[in-house]
Amino acid sequence: MVAEEGVRVVRCGGSELNFRRAVFSADSKYIFCVSGDFIKIYSTATEECVHILQGHRNLVTGIQLNPNNHLQLYSCSSDGTIKLWDYIDGILIKTFRVGCELHALFTLSCAEDSVFVTTNKEKPDVFQLASVKLPKSSSQEVEAKELSFVLDYVNQSPKCIAFGNKGEYVAAVRDFYLSVYFFKKKTTTRFTLSSARNKKHARNNFTCVACHPKEDCIATGHKDGKIRLWRNFDDEKKYTYTCLHWHHDLVMDLAFSVTGSSLLSGGRESVLVEWREAAEKNKEFLPRLGATIEHISVSPAGDLFCTSHSDNKITIIHRNLEASAVIQGLVKDRSIFTGLMIDPRTKALVLNGKPGHLQFYSLQSDKQLYNLDIIQQEYISDSGLIQIELTKAAFGCYGNWLATVEQRQEKEAELELQMKLWMYNKKTQGFVLNTKVNMPHEDHITALCFCNTEKSESSMLVTASKDGHFKVWMLTDDSDIYKKAVGWTCDFVGSYHKYQATNCCFSEDGSLLAVSFEEIVTIWDSETWELKCTFCQRAGKIRHLCFGRLTCSKYLLGVTENGILCCWNLLSCALEWSTKLNVRVMEPDPNSENIAAITQSSVGSDVFVFKPSEPRPLYIQKNICREEVLWGVFVPRDVPESFTSEAYQWLNRSQFYFLTKSQSLLTFSTQSPEEKLTPTSKQLLAEESLPTTPFYFLLGKHRQQEQNDKLNEALENELVQLPLTENIPAISELLRTPAHVLPSASFLCSMFVKSLLLSKETKSAEENPDDVDMEEEKESDDSDEENNFTEKIQDANNTDLEEDIIHQLSKSEEKELKKFRKVDYSWIAAL
Amino acid sequence: MGEFNVHRVRFFNYVPSGIRCVAYNNQSNRLAVSRTDGTVEIYNLSANYFQEKFFPGHESRATEALCWAKGQRLFSAGLNGEIIEYDLQALTIKYAVDAFGGPIWSMAASPSGSQLLVGCEDGSVKLFQITPDRIQFERNFDRQKSRILSLSWHPAGTHVAAGSIDYISVFDAKSGSAIGKMLVDRQYMGVSKRKCIIWGVAFLSDGTVISVDSAGKVQIWDSATGTLVKNHLVSNADVQSIAVSDQEDSFVVGTAEGTVFHFQLVSVTSSSSEKQWVRTKPFQHHTHDVRAVAHSPTALISGGTDTHLVIRPLMEKVEVKNYDAALRKITFPHRRLVSCAKKKQLLLFQFTHHLELWRLGSTVATGKNGDTLPLSKNADHLLHLKTKGPENIICSCISPCGGWIACSTASRFFLYRLNYEHDNITLQRVSKMPVFLRSALQILFSEDSTKLFVASNQGSLHVIRLLEGGFKHLHTFQPQSGAVQSMCLLAVSPDGNWLAASGTSAGVHVYNVKQLKLHCTVPAYNFPVTALAIAPNTNNLVIAHSDQQVFEYSIPDKQYTEWSRTVQKQGFHHLWLQRDTPITHISFHPKRPMHILLHDTYMFCLIDKSLPLPNDKTLLYNPLPPRNESDVIRRRTAHAFKISKKYKPLLFVDLLDEKTLVAVERPLDDIVAQLPPPIKKKKFGT
Repeated sequence: MVAEEGVRVVRCGGSELNFRRAVFSADSKYIFCVSGDFIKIYSTATEECVHILQGHRNLVTGIQLNPNNHLQLYSCSSDGTIKLWDYIDGILIKTFRVGCELHALFTLSCAEDSVFVTTNKEKPDVFQLASVKLPKSSSQEVEAKELSFVLDYVNQSPKCIAFGNKGEYVAAVRDFYLSVYFFKKKTTTRFTLSSARNKKHARNNFTCVACHPKEDCIATGHKDGKIRLWRNFDDEKKYTYTCLHWHHDLVMDLAFSVTGSSLLSGGRESVLVEWREAAEKNKEFLPRLGATIEHISVSPAGDLFCTSHSDNKITIIHRNLEASAVIQGLVKDRSIFTGLMIDPRTKALVLNGKPGHLQFYSLQSDKQLYNLDIIQQEYISDSGLIQIELTKAAFGCYGNWLATVEQRQEKEAELELQMKLWMYNKKTQGFVLNTKVNMPHEDHITALCFCNTEKSESSMLVTASKDGHFKVWMLTDDSDIYKKAVGWTCDFVGSYHKYQATNCCFSEDGSLLAVSFEEIVTIWDSETWELKCTFCQRAGKIRHLCFGRLTCSKYLLGVTENGILCCWNLLSCALEWSTKLNVRVMEPDPNSENIAAITQSSVGSDVFVFKPSEPRPLYIQKNICREEVLWGVFVPRDVPESFTSEAYQWLNRSQFYFLTKSQSLLTFSTQSPEEKLTPTSKQLLAEESLPTTPFYFLLGKHRQQEQNDKLNEALENELVQLPLTENIPAISELLRTPAHVLPSASFLCSMFVKSLLLSKETKSAEENPDDVDMEEEKESDDSDEENNFTEKIQDANNTDLEEDIIHQLSKSEEKELKKFRKVDYSWIAAL
Repeated sequence: MGEFNVHRVRFFNYVPSGIRCVAYNNQSNRLAVSRTDGTVEIYNLSANYFQEKFFPGHESRATEALCWAKGQRLFSAGLNGEIIEYDLQALTIKYAVDAFGGPIWSMAASPSGSQLLVGCEDGSVKLFQITPDRIQFERNFDRQKSRILSLSWHPAGTHVAAGSIDYISVFDAKSGSAIGKMLVDRQYMGVSKRKCIIWGVAFLSDGTVISVDSAGKVQIWDSATGTLVKNHLVSNADVQSIAVSDQEDSFVVGTAEGTVFHFQLVSVTSSSSEKQWVRTKPFQHHTHDVRAVAHSPTALISGGTDTHLVIRPLMEKVEVKNYDAALRKITFPHRRLVSCAKKKQLLLFQFTHHLELWRLGSTVATGKNGDTLPLSKNADHLLHLKTKGPENIICSCISPCGGWIACSTASRFFLYRLNYEHDNITLQRVSKMPVFLRSALQILFSEDSTKLFVASNQGSLHVIRLLEGGFKHLHTFQPQSGAVQSMCLLAVSPDGNWLAASGTSAGVHVYNVKQLKLHCTVPAYNFPVTALAIAPNTNNLVIAHSDQQVFEYSIPDKQYTEWSRTVQKQGFHHLWLQRDTPITHISFHPKRPMHILLHDTYMFCLIDKSLPLPNDKTLLYNPLPPRNESDVIRRRTAHAFKISKKYKPLLFVDLLDEKTLVAVERPLDDIVAQLPPPIKKKKFGT
């Protein structure tokens, strides 16, 4: 490992995909979206990420295709540069340094050497639309300081600016104003919606604007859900507008189709509305898109639309309003109550996702695996409603069980609480609801933990609640005469002096349960439910509680509200050590003794990694991020790393991920950013000839392997080895031959069936396919060559086959044919 | 203002009839409106939308079409198959001609004004020649299969578009042959309706035909090729009316859901000359069907079943932001429907076909200002007087003593004698009315109930002495200078010496009743008179005009009074001049000669001539001053106009005595409750 020189905090996926409108490539094959400091390129057909364009040093704020070369892409960023990319190869062509912070980017085909950006020059809140002249130069880095201002006092969001009629005018909206600047006449007309001041609750504010591609027509969206279509706006007196009203909440984005025949709008209703011919009565809907539509974009070819949603999702929609693909990032729409968890089966990160759902997010592929609907109720998006919240979740028994807690509190005294236990079903590969407990406690559940012991017959779950009790739930037999079943029932209720139970935690072997009651930690024997001992720390309520692991299992760690980290020795029942540390997050590593603690100070968050048994921390990194860290989790590595340096040894077996208040998922990495490039995209760069999606690539490789397998079989033994249908030569020949030279299916049918019968007879002599795999590695180098040969010969075979098939194939002839084939293959072997 | 006991009368169960047709006359800037009871009203748009003339309705004459021709001539046609021309001077029907084609559904005058076209039930389109004094049948166009519901001339007068059921025909106006037929899709949102009725067509000069139909479509056709150019689906219900502006750059349609849509011709891009019709603004001022729309150069006018006439100015056409730029809604007629016998506390209500006599309730309780007093005796419905015959009542009056009731229809005059014996009333019709008393436009009794003044539609004024059980014709004032000019408003002085009468346009004439001769004529003013009254003792004539000006004219001195001159010099408060509705009644305080009481639909006002006039800086609409405020401040802020908006919409306000006021209200909700239910529309969130 060369890059061991430093551990850095890096963003690891899960970044926003819905920050700006996505952009389609000219052929609608790819879709570009800004994602933090990167630009991601997805295939619209397979939803896979094809490239990540890296180079900006700050947030990318806008992307547009180069109107003069549709294979190039402009991007602008808060770091004050405009970059031009070749997106097919992922190459940065040019960098234009503008100098000031850029917030949005617009390109026009008529303005060849300039682009439009929004900047703020003087004041932080006043934004201007300016055109930037991009000088023609051969060098990689060019200064582009020539800004000419077009409109002052515009909205920062690019949704509020639109260019119309091939760049003849630009429309910008802000608050209650619509300003239209005509480039030819160099005049600005301004329209004000007056009712804003007259009526008390008028919500006329403009939210977005779009221009008709062919006609002089501007569509504006408003906070009250209306869409206005402005015409005749070159005259301040004779202007007129039409209202379209379907949305009941604000219109988030508008887009005209390429021909201008329809207008698309979306908002909080998560319904895409298509207004045909701008008529109020002629509209089509695509409902149930899942979350608020933030952006709508239309492909230049006109065959696809896409909507970006507030749950970090991009939906690609066909022209006929059918959703064809979904690109789902980490859902970050809402506050995370459950914290970060790791699903022991899939090693996926599990946390709150869509409303009422748990999301399973693969950290390796930066992709959402699936959503588990926990609340199982239709989500009604309305600002005033109090929703059911999924507050707690825990995995138990190696991923066999999942416990979830949901609550809804409309008034102080009316708490609705429900605990659900889900069993993993191997057949369906998913969680199935097993037990539902209404009101498991009288008050909020503060903690939930499974007893993860080796002996699986006694599954145990402990819930701690503000009502002063902790309850132990046991898995019991729930069979009746109809079916065998298991269910969870309450086994024990414990309390301590009517204090609120705030945390609970099992020791590693499951023999002890620690429950904290405000300031007091109680230790219970999990066999007899006997109170073993109490630790009292008059230093504030316990915030976190955890047992040490492996060699440190005799220690119990606790964090208090007023910033004391305590370590108790369970053998001596005494405080081992304590330190003043304002710990926000404390997470034990399941694979080692290490415990990570993240502290909060005024400047930022610091991380400490320590072993309970050692007084000195293993690793300290100050100021990992500016914000508060809310949750953290250790993710076991698939392949352990081997850091030799003592400071990084804690990263050998697990990786630590944490989530900040602004919901960015961060981790510690030793690799340089270049190496973090996803391996698939690198390989794609080499394989120019293949269709550039990883899926195609993998499939292509798989095919090669098969061919090799076949070859090996033919070479090694004379017997016909037909373990799989794909490997039957007759079928593969059949499939290879062009359809128009094949005889009719009735001719081939009997031969096909017979070939299958033959394979059954010889199945006993099947050889271990694993061996083939081993050998295949060595031979893969020259496999391409061989492949070519076989194909040639198979062509020759085909001609023979055709002749044979003209007359009815008898059984003897079939055998002859087979023999012939064997001879052929051995001939290859001779080569 | 002083304190009054107010009789708040809400039992006048008056429901105006729905509007069926409107026709706008560009030359005189007048609007003709026909209602479902056959009444035709004429509004003067230049004079603050004052309803200056009206023709009473007739049960059998349901008007289906209304149009202006040759400038000032007004024609109507209806389901009885007759074409009627109205005499706008004498306010009578000039003649009626049967078209012999069954009920007439549509009518259109040619752009030159020389020809009139009617569409009949039997599918025929008949062309009439308009001669100076009559109309004459000229030709039948090619007969169609079903009724012709709409007609429109090409602005050049060469072609005619006729909307029928399921198709539109185009005729050559010269030969009368059908040269084109455009079939309209029956489909309505995928569902096939039985029939598609073309409620309206409009022919534009470039050959475009715009049609509106019962499937909620507004369709634009090319009449030369007979092809559909553009289809706008605007409503789930019928689109019932269409009107195109003279410049042909905008048109307006009205739907059965009560929405009025404005369409404008806008250029596709600023650089190209290509233009397209775009639906721009919807207006929802009606609750029921919009049966008729009109397009004046500056405003969209619509009327329908909900009885409102709505005038919505087009902001881009209005030059200055003034009074004309405001939306106005006309619901009630601009004439008096209530008369009052002050001494007996009786109210006479005039309906279309009957009269109702009510005695006001009374109370013995007293209370503070603003209290609602309990009634010790409820209001009493004394009399329900139905007129015979199909004609509507034009006017009615009860004598101040309560002993006489007079009313008139278009052909008959009724005079009744009432006798009160405790709670019983006996009614006796005075028979043998003279021949000249056939129809009256206005009736008035003198203050002592001995004389009856009748303004007839020939322009003459009859003075009749009432005797017990009979009458005697005293005199007839013949119209001046020979011109037939109907008198619409009458006022008599309380001492019975003076009679003031005003016509539809010229000034106010004052007659000396004792000497039976014309005393003087008040100088003519540009705006029509909306109310007249003569003050007791001083014999000052107070005149209100439709531009909200109020004049005071001294009859003995034959000149304007000093107060009136001061008012004119200083000018009225701008808010006073911006009021919507005309003053319809003026009366005087019996004890305080300085007070004038006047009212319009939305307020009543007591003018105290002794107080200073308000200027534009002072608050015109002051709420009733709080009682705890010191007198000093009240004195400082006090001005001549004491306005109360507590009761509205007001149909009648008068002083019964110095302490009692009667206010007749007609809440709009009560009218809506009596209308047929509107088309149900799904409202979001309900």
